[in-house]
Amino acid sequence: MWNYTDKVKEHFFDPKNAGVLDDANGVGEVGSISCGDALRLMIKVDDATDIITEAKFQTFGCGSAIASSSALTELIIGKTVDAALAVTNQDIADYLGGLPPEKMHCSVMGAEALRAAIANYKGVELEEDDHEEGALLCKCFGIDYGMVERAVKTNKLNTLEQVTAYTKAGGSCKTCHEKIEEALAEINAAMVAEGTMAAAEAFVVGAAPKPKAPASPIVVKKPATASAPVQISPLAAQAEKARPAGLTNLQKITLIQKAIEEIRPQLQRDGGDIELVDVDGDTVVVKLSGTCVGCQMSSITIQGVQAAVMEKVGRPLRVIPHTALATA
Amino acid sequence: MTAVTAAPKGIYLDNNATTRVDPRVVEAMLPFFTEQFGNPSSIHSFGADVGKAVRWAREQVKALLGAEHDSEIVFTSGGTESDNAAILSALKTQVGRDEIITSAVEHPAILALCEYLAKHEGYTLHVIPVDSLGRLDMDAYAKALSEKTAVVSFMWANNETGTIFPIARLAAMAKKVGALFHTDAVQAVGKIPLDLAHTDVDFLSLSGHKLHGPKGIGALYVRRGTRFRPMIRGGHQERDRRAGTENTTGIVGLGKACELALAHMEEENTRVRALRDKLEKAIIGQVSHCFVTGDWENRLPNTCNIAFEYIEGEAILLFLNRMGIAASSGSACTSGSLEPSHVMRAMNVPFTAAHGATRFSLSRETTEAEIDATIAAVPGIIEKLRGLSPFWNKDTAKAESFQPAYS
Repeated sequence: MWNYTDKVKEHFFDPKNAGVLDDANGVGEVGSISCGDALRLMIKVDDATDIITEAKFQTFGCGSAIASSSALTELIIGKTVDAALAVTNQDIADYLGGLPPEKMHCSVMGAEALRAAIANYKGVELEEDDHEEGALLCKCFGIDYGMVERAVKTNKLNTLEQVTAYTKAGGSCKTCHEKIEEALAEINAAMVAEGTMAAAEAFVVGAAPKPKAPASPIVVKKPATASAPVQISPLAAQAEKARPAGLTNLQKITLIQKAIEEIRPQLQRDGGDIELVDVDGDTVVVKLSGTCVGCQMSSITIQGVQAAVMEKVGRPLRVIPHTALATA
Repeated sequence: MTAVTAAPKGIYLDNNATTRVDPRVVEAMLPFFTEQFGNPSSIHSFGADVGKAVRWAREQVKALLGAEHDSEIVFTSGGTESDNAAILSALKTQVGRDEIITSAVEHPAILALCEYLAKHEGYTLHVIPVDSLGRLDMDAYAKALSEKTAVVSFMWANNETGTIFPIARLAAMAKKVGALFHTDAVQAVGKIPLDLAHTDVDFLSLSGHKLHGPKGIGALYVRRGTRFRPMIRGGHQERDRRAGTENTTGIVGLGKACELALAHMEEENTRVRALRDKLEKAIIGQVSHCFVTGDWENRLPNTCNIAFEYIEGEAILLFLNRMGIAASSGSACTSGSLEPSHVMRAMNVPFTAAHGATRFSLSRETTEAEIDATIAAVPGIIEKLRGLSPFWNKDTAKAESFQPAYS
């Protein structure tokens, strides 16, 4: 088990400021359920004084993720927005008496959520938005160049392994290691120029074992649908661009119908069935029937349908069951 | 002796990780540290008596496995050594065959070894997938088998979900193409009755500490007539199949542990199974959005793996631990890797649930009071963590409405 400090345990077992802040005027959301951690930070800023009077969080994640979120809220309450922006992931880790190296990404997630919440409060896109095409470095965990840059600069990182420990980038399929190494070399070079890192410590591409070529082009996940809350993703605009213009609506629906027809026999064998109800943009609504209804494995079934449909259509789609839509 | 027999503190439901050494096993071992310290290879009486004890232990292991001859048992340092010895031996004796078949849900002792052999030593590796219940894809296995298959290795029961593979049938299929068959039975031995003599299994690995025996001792079953090349060379111990002075205390302990496991086999499959079912039913009944992973109709009687959706496993374990309950998780965070366990991924358990997969593994030492206490603790912990989760709102999942900035 991890060697957590008493402070981490304290903030995990009895988190401060957990829950929903109903009258928040700034909300930042980072992470995702597939990464294994996600955080929604809600802040209330007094317009007259610019001071953060309240902050609350909701976190999906391990002990250190919950503790980092709790520490973050404690650190920023009472600070002005500008003073809060100076809070780094290292400050969060220090407040907790340190985090295991493999868990530093939890503190980075806190710092990222803070930036997102403040940007949302100010009603602006994330500042210094330099997210050009290809700026998404790690596809598996959705880590972009800007996040790696901030983590590298704040924590003076100079190896690929450190970048993975602090941001998770490159921790899954590993095909993006070359891109991360290039980014790391570039950021380190800039740090040497700024005088924040010694030239001998900077990472140089080629110094590490021969990197692998990236296996596949970057696929940007689709942006939020209409039902989603405030969209603050710097990737939103980019996702629109990345969308292939190839298929007409009719072609798309035909392909989806075809994919679902191919799955039906499997479900029918188990006494269940599936039908296509609607296609709305990138959302595919299906209806499960027979034994599929109430089956505890139905979420897995939906997952499988989604994979099959996406493969057929060749682009990211979301499959949701008809009932979920009705209650959403 | 009180230090030896004192009952452990807390509720231990992590018996697939390791078990408490049975006090009767400790008692059997103790004389072999002091009075009977001789080397079983020695001619004098100091050694000869120890030699007898080792032979008796071999009988005890043989009986639990349902093997035909006691000479088929080779004592090793544990499951991992047995796995390595079997696979490496099989590859050396199967000249002209260079393919290995295994499954996607094996223990790293097999998977990491096979991946290494494929990557660095030129062997072709077939990794057979499983379905969403963790059942082996029999068609894929049949297709992978050929005259080129040197060795097939499938686990008897999965450590995370308890799912049991049809080993007798799988071994018979391997035999038809002349391949050797190994099974990592570390989790199955002592929990389900085995009858090795009437199967086509060539090699079987077992480990002492999974069945209330000591750590650092295990055994490899090598069927009589199956050609064998030792991994560790040196002296003539274990009929030249595993050199090195015998771990006599460990061997005596393993023998006793096997004898006790056989004596408790019925209890394991009745009382322990009933406790497991009670725990599982109660949790599934009280907690929404959770499900049992693995093949619930065909698994070890002591294992229960429940995936709780929208929360993370490490957080669950930390809270359980604070209440004195020990369990384990397939979540990424507990292992230091960044993805949920390879077993959950192989079964295609959705990410929403894989991160919250929690394993409770019982043993014959588990009491009904402990299970009741666990049943009382779990729903509150899940509720508390879901209360913190952005994917959850007032008793319902709301993953659909949470769209973070990067995902």
